[in-house]
Amino acid sequence: MKVRYFAWMKRTVGVPEEDVAPPAEVATVGDLVVWLRHRSPGHAEALAEGAAFGAAVDQRTATFDVKLAGVREVAFFPPFTGG
Amino acid sequence: MSVRVQEADFDVGAELSHLTDGNKRIGGLAVFVGLVREMHVREGYHRDRVDAMTLEHYPGMTERALEEIEAEARRRWPLEATLIVHRYGRLEAGDRIVLVAVGSPHREAAFEACEFLVDWLKTKAPFWKLEETPAGEKWVGAHVGDDAAAARWEKKS
Repeated sequence: MKVRYFAWMKRTVGVPEEDVAPPAEVATVGDLVVWLRHRSPGHAEALAEGAAFGAAVDQRTATFDVKLAGVREVAFFPPFTGG
Repeated sequence: MSVRVQEADFDVGAELSHLTDGNKRIGGLAVFVGLVREMHVREGYHRDRVDAMTLEHYPGMTERALEEIEAEARRRWPLEATLIVHRYGRLEAGDRIVLVAVGSPHREAAFEACEFLVDWLKTKAPFWKLEETPAGEKWVGAHVGDDAAAARWEKKS
């Protein structure tokens, strides 16, 4: 599964994207957040509890209870500021 | 019925002519053009001037999100023509960022749908602004007023 980061989260994590293979018990987006925190101090900081960020699953906005089964791409990003 | 995300500037007059060409059912065209505003941001004891910004987006998801917002507008109002052009990359104060144009037989639908599209794209399309100030780069935080503006259009059901 590909994980992508945007805006300040990309800089904090240190990479724009990475391929990860989480274990089966990582079933939801929320589980993935917790699992990714252990990859590096940057991940832990960007994905910290209480940090304001959202997620997309296969390029659609998703809540943290969305299941990961069959998912190809998960993205994490701060609130949108376009327009 | 068109959404574009591009680095290049756009020509408002040419875009509007193209949008309405050949459609004689359009009686009103409402247009919003968003520009990069020169701003002064107070932070701590420093006063920083924002001269430019870089707009990052999520290619693929951005187009899909804008298409969904456009489709929602067309469900809610009788629209003959819609166009959203949103730029990304480095933009300087005074540059155009976004063009939203809505054509309808009547002006009420055009005005309302145009405002709806601008409000929703600010909160539902994956764009992020990185501002350049004399003190360095700064990611723009979400504006609470934008959420409130977008929430006005949420259907109560």
